[in-house]
Amino acid sequence: MTGIVVLLVVLVAASAFGLYRRRTDGAMREIEIPADAHDAAHVPGQPRGAGHAHQGDRLEASDLGTELGDRATLVQFSSAFCAPCRATRVVLDEVAGQVDGVVHVEVDAEANLDLVRRLDVRRTPTVLVLDGDGAVRVRAAGAPRKADVVAALGTFL
Amino acid sequence: MTTLDSRPAASPAAGLIDARGPRFGAAVTAVVYAIVLLTIPSALAAVLLVVQLVAHGLGAVLGVRSQPYGVLFRKAVAPRLGRPTEFEDPAPPRFAQAVGLVFAAVGLGALVLGATPVAYVAVGLAFAAAFLNAAFNFCLGCEMYLIGKRLLGPRTA
Repeated sequence: MTGIVVLLVVLVAASAFGLYRRRTDGAMREIEIPADAHDAAHVPGQPRGAGHAHQGDRLEASDLGTELGDRATLVQFSSAFCAPCRATRVVLDEVAGQVDGVVHVEVDAEANLDLVRRLDVRRTPTVLVLDGDGAVRVRAAGAPRKADVVAALGTFL
Repeated sequence: MTTLDSRPAASPAAGLIDARGPRFGAAVTAVVYAIVLLTIPSALAAVLLVVQLVAHGLGAVLGVRSQPYGVLFRKAVAPRLGRPTEFEDPAPPRFAQAVGLVFAAVGLGALVLGATPVAYVAVGLAFAAAFLNAAFNFCLGCEMYLIGKRLLGPRTA
């Protein structure tokens, strides 16, 4: 009797979660940029204030260990045990190859845990779309579709 | 759209596996765990948990190509289906086998020791993970991996 109850509860809960996840996976969310974000000078090497993981975060070449794109940077957080990371790499490489001034940077989440915590990355792949100044403008958890990536670039390019 | 799909099915990139294999294995695993849930506490439940424990163990230690359900898929199921169109890295499903191994071991131990509620929880979670994988292609263990790293990994800042 208990087993039937456990089985049904798990089936309902897992199905609800799976359907929710399927609907939201890879969805691009625009990040509001506070008015003073570009004025507040970031002192390199100093940790940023907590609680600003989503709003007004900015990345620099030193954070990623590589130069940012002139117009936009597609930052992909990946890990070893991540099946959708491969497909995401293909999509972002394609977009970067097709749009001038856009580069794709893949970050190994496990090797950059401080950055992962600072940006509050909880899943792989997580994709951040940075503008030419390195400000995080759009964000997606899960594998985004190519059209959504292009549309995300269109919000500020 | 992706370069993966346009590749000849017979020659996937080196080291990749047919993505349908682990999905089939997850479905078999979900059925096994469902039967266990319905038969706890019984000798049949214990025997099925031993079978599942061995299956997970082979997959985790030797790799997903040696996972018995994966072997069954390759020998008996795949030849009846069309050619594979999606390939994936074997590391995520192998990691999932290791996670499953832990839950199967806890469930079996609890069952043998008479801790029936613990067995329900462990097998219920294992069933949830297998069902999510089979129905939604969602790897629960893989998603937990980065969260665990975030919590336990070194802090340098």
